[in-house]
Amino acid sequence: MKYVDEFRRGDIARGMAAHIHTLVQPDRQYRLMEFCGGHTHAIARYGLTGLLPDNIRLIHGPGCPVCVLPIGRVDSAIELALRPDVILCSYGDTLRVPASNKMSLYQARAKGADVRMVYSTSDALQIARDNPHKQVVFFAIGFETTTPPTALALIQARQEKLANFSVFCNHVLTPPAMRHLLAAGDAVQLDGFIGPSHVSTVIGSAPYAAVAAEFAKPVVIAGFEPLDVLQSVAMLVEQINAGRTEVETQFTRAVTAQGNAKARSLVAQTMTLRDSFEWRGLGQVPHSALAIHPDFAEFDAELRFALAYRHVPDHKACECGAILRGQKRPQDCKVFAIVCNPDNPLGSCMVSSEGACAAHYHYGRFVEGQPA
Amino acid sequence: MCLAMPVRISQLLPDDMAVVDMDGVSREVSVALIDTPQEGDYVILHVGYAIGKLDAEEAARTLALMDQLAASQSEATP
Ligand code: SF4
Repeated sequence: MKYVDEFRRGDIARGMAAHIHTLVQPDRQYRLMEFCGGHTHAIARYGLTGLLPDNIRLIHGPGCPVCVLPIGRVDSAIELALRPDVILCSYGDTLRVPASNKMSLYQARAKGADVRMVYSTSDALQIARDNPHKQVVFFAIGFETTTPPTALALIQARQEKLANFSVFCNHVLTPPAMRHLLAAGDAVQLDGFIGPSHVSTVIGSAPYAAVAAEFAKPVVIAGFEPLDVLQSVAMLVEQINAGRTEVETQFTRAVTAQGNAKARSLVAQTMTLRDSFEWRGLGQVPHSALAIHPDFAEFDAELRFALAYRHVPDHKACECGAILRGQKRPQDCKVFAIVCNPDNPLGSCMVSSEGACAAHYHYGRFVEGQPA
Repeated sequence: MCLAMPVRISQLLPDDMAVVDMDGVSREVSVALIDTPQEGDYVILHVGYAIGKLDAEEAARTLALMDQLAASQSEATP
C-alpha cells in the first residue's frame, strides 16, 4: 500500500538503526515514552527494541483509548445498554473491556442488551433513523483523532432533529495526560516523548510546545510505521545529546503546527472541557476530557439518562495502571498470558491490539531477553 | 482502535462523501472534516472519516532523508 510499504523497508530500517548506534553516547540513558498505542503496536510487531542500543529504553505510555477508560465509565455504558428502551452503539474494542461483576458489553449483549458494534458515527446515526421508537446512544471514546467524527454526528443529529439519538461522551485529550505524567515527578523517569501523530494531524504539533518547555522534555511527533519510529528515536537522541527540549515533527507528511482547523472548530462548537476526568492508571486528570457542550445538551446521554459516575477500583491482580503510567511492563504482571490473554482479558491493556499487554502477547513474548 | 491509514480518493460524491481506494478495495468515506478534497489526494482515514491530507512531497522528502542516512551507514560499515 502506498505511503505504508515504503515506510516498512527492512534495508532502510537496518541503516537507520546503525545510524542510531553511532548517535548514542554510551554513558547516557535514553528513556523514551511512546505515548500512543499505535507506536506500542509497531514497536512490538516489528521488533524495533531489538534493533536499538541497550541504553535506549522504550516505555509504554497511556495512549490507548480503550486501555485508559476506567471501569466506572464502562459500567455506565453497560447500565445504559441493559435498559430495554436503549440501543447502545460502540466501536468494537470497547465491547470486550472487563467491567464490574465480570461484565462487559459483550456479556450484556448475551444477557439480551441491544449492543451494536459500529465502524463510524454515521452508522450510529443510521441506527437511530431506522429505530425511531428506541433511544440510540453512541458510546464515544477516543483521543483527538476520534473526536471530530463525534462532533459531526452531533451537528447532523441536530440538523435532522433526531430526537432519539444521544452521545455518551468519553473523549480524552493527550497534552493534559502528558503533563500529568510529567508532573508526577519521580514516579517515572523520562527523557523524551515519541509523540502522537494522528492526534497531531487534528490538533497540530503546537499544543505540545508548552508541555515540552515547562518540563524540559523533547517531543518528536512520530508516524506509526517502523521507519517513522526509528527516525523519531534518532531525532530524540540528537535533541537529548544537544540538551534541546523542543517539539519536532517527524510525521511531516500529515502534521502541521496548527493541525486541521476545520475539525478543531467542529469540536469546539459541540464539546466543552471537563474540569476533571478519571483515567485508568492516572486517576483524576484535570482538564483532560470533553463533555457535550451545553448548546448540544439535548444530545448528551449523561443528562438524558441522569448517569452518575462512580469510581471502581481495578482488579487486584491487574497491573494495567502501573503499565499505563510507564512504571511496569506487561511481563511484570503475574497473570500475564496465564489467566489473562486476548481471548479472556482481565484488564483493558489486553483488549485492543494497541494495548501494551496485547502487543506484547502477540509479538514480544517469544523474543528472548527483549523487553516489551 | 486509534489506527488510521493513508488512502487515495478515487471519486468525490455528493454530501461530503468520497470513494477511496484501500489496496484495491473501494469504500465510501466522509470527507466532511477536510478542506477542498480532490480526486487523487491521499488522506489519513480514521473511523470512516478523512481526518487530514497527506503531503506527497513531504513523504518523498522524509524517505529520501532516511534512504541517505541508511546508505551512508552501509558505506561506513562495509
Ligand atoms: S496482563 Fe492482563 S491483568 Fe496483567 S496488566 Fe495486562 S491486562 Fe492487566
